[in-house]
Amino acid sequence: MLLIEDLQVKLGNKKILRHVDLEILPGETHILFGPNGSGKTSLLMTIMGYPQYKVTGGKITFKGEDITHMTIDDRARLGIGMSYQRPPSIQGLKTRRIIEACSKNGVDIDALAERMNFTDFLDRDINVGFSGGEIKRSELLQLMAQDADLALFDEPESGVDLENISLIGNTINDLLQRDSGEYPCRTTKQCEAASPCKTEKSCEPAQTSHGETPFKTVKDMGTTRSKMGLIITHTGFILDYVTADQGLVLYKGVVAGKGNPAEIFKQIRKVGYKECARCAA
Amino acid sequence: MRSLDKKAHEAQDKKAAIGPDIDLNTYSLESPQHAAVKDLKVMPGADKERMAFAGLDISEEGRSGTYIQKDAISIHSGSHQDGLEIIPIKKALQEMDWLKEYYWKLASVDTDKYTARARLDLQNGYVIRALPGKKITLPAQACLYLEKEGFSQNVHNIIIAEEDSELHIISGCASASHVTRGLHVGISEFYVKKNAKLSFSMIHHWAEDVVVRPRSVGIVEKGGLFLSNYISMKPVKSVQMYPTIYLVGKGAVARSYSLLVGSPGSELDVGGRIYLKAKDTRAEIVSRAITNGGNIISRGDIVAEVPGVRGHLECHGLILNGGIMHAIPELKGMVDGVELSHEAAVGKIAQEEILYLMSRGLTEEEATATIVRGFLSVDIPDLPGPLKAEIDRAVDLSQKEVM
Repeated sequence: MLLIEDLQVKLGNKKILRHVDLEILPGETHILFGPNGSGKTSLLMTIMGYPQYKVTGGKITFKGEDITHMTIDDRARLGIGMSYQRPPSIQGLKTRRIIEACSKNGVDIDALAERMNFTDFLDRDINVGFSGGEIKRSELLQLMAQDADLALFDEPESGVDLENISLIGNTINDLLQRDSGEYPCRTTKQCEAASPCKTEKSCEPAQTSHGETPFKTVKDMGTTRSKMGLIITHTGFILDYVTADQGLVLYKGVVAGKGNPAEIFKQIRKVGYKECARCAA
Repeated sequence: MRSLDKKAHEAQDKKAAIGPDIDLNTYSLESPQHAAVKDLKVMPGADKERMAFAGLDISEEGRSGTYIQKDAISIHSGSHQDGLEIIPIKKALQEMDWLKEYYWKLASVDTDKYTARARLDLQNGYVIRALPGKKITLPAQACLYLEKEGFSQNVHNIIIAEEDSELHIISGCASASHVTRGLHVGISEFYVKKNAKLSFSMIHHWAEDVVVRPRSVGIVEKGGLFLSNYISMKPVKSVQMYPTIYLVGKGAVARSYSLLVGSPGSELDVGGRIYLKAKDTRAEIVSRAITNGGNIISRGDIVAEVPGVRGHLECHGLILNGGIMHAIPELKGMVDGVELSHEAAVGKIAQEEILYLMSRGLTEEEATATIVRGFLSVDIPDLPGPLKAEIDRAVDLSQKEVM
């Protein structure tokens, strides 16, 4: 479990997170919405442990350990991993080498790479000359090798072409032990198709004529799942592929609202962040 | 030959154009006798280990031939492949009349006091030659070994890749573990004939108080390719070298790669100069230098004398833990229609890169070492796989000591 209590963070002299409370239970995935500059990336970087993000108040607990002031590599070894939006390019460092370095439990790198359609990139310098989509695939490949228990995704869909977005979506589902087909009403597409989808109840899958539920319920899956995810999205595209339990709106360094991610995204599209934050608050 | 001696005598006190001046009289010219070694495996373990650091493979597996010189004495010399000749230069000068067409034809005896010394007090060195049309794909290896404390080792090497031949050489220089002080003067003349391919990888593994003055000149004819690699990652007092390559035939190509680590007390003044003198010639000079307390001057100079030629220079330096990094890239275009470029950068390891790797679970030390290793691994085009592996191995071995 990740527990964040009244987190306050400064970057340089600027207060960027004023009051953040967040709880991600084992098996849960949360979506983080918010306008540019609202502190989304800062929150992820703070959870990962980047030292320039100074925690001035509050506490972060992961797997029962207070990690508020733990080093970045200790956090990684404890099971936190991150997919970056703009990771650094490192000359001479082969992608394969970095994947090897973060691999746990004898991961088959070549098999993983093949799945990510990334074999040709293994012997290239990490992120050097990679396109936006290639960076995302490389990041996910590293996260898969790392097998993180809490995966932080900073805009995993940005810069990804339409052909690859489902690959990215499905990979995130795999990483988070989710099966994209199982929660039809939790993705925006299906939510819109099946509208109205305002209540939890209307999201329950229909029963077949034999009286069986064709999908496992969210509850059922939740019990077998342990991986946690926190995903930043701007465009919301990722919601078409990834199911999530909770949506959060970060606005001016404060969690301004929580709720069904698809619903929140609909609201944001309709009335904008400002209004959405006001309503939710 | 007499006139050469005369010139050399006159240049005996001539300081080098660059680099700290060395008092040659403080080094001994008296070499101990070393017995010839037939089977490399029987050499003392300590020697074998030091030589291995400089790229020598004692088993000779995957090598086409070997030359080993201890102090002034050639102790082993032999080729295992048809079309490859490996001969001590003193013997070659006596037995092979044709060698006079190559000996001191590219390098000048009166360049400075070091060339003069190699002329007047020549001890030995090697001639390695690939005969016309012979593709010697396995590398030949040479090791110039300094065993006597305070010794002045003066060698002269001539390397010839005849027309349409292919030749790869690993030339390692090392000092015995008990040696702290010494001088190595090495003249090398490279002849890459029409459509021939030569790669020459020099790996230095000296000691804290050893002074090194290589003087190398190469010439590449039509369609020829010359790859010159230099690796020096161990502490050394002073290395100063500025090898020059002339591309004189149409389409000739030269690439020069240097990997340097400057430890505290070390001064490395290493460069490469390439003259583009014929149509369609191309030159590339790449250096990667790290200082953790040493003083590194990384020079590069490409001179384009005819239209339609291309050259690129790249000097990247990292200052890890004190020291000075001085990149001096120079380009000179003398006519219309040349394309010359350079990029030079001196900096530190970006914190962002270290944190990125740490977020994958590497410790700060592991992350730094990984980035440094990456910095030093340049992809050298046209280098055969085994040689690349050998260079990687040398870098890995040295880096472990450095980090």
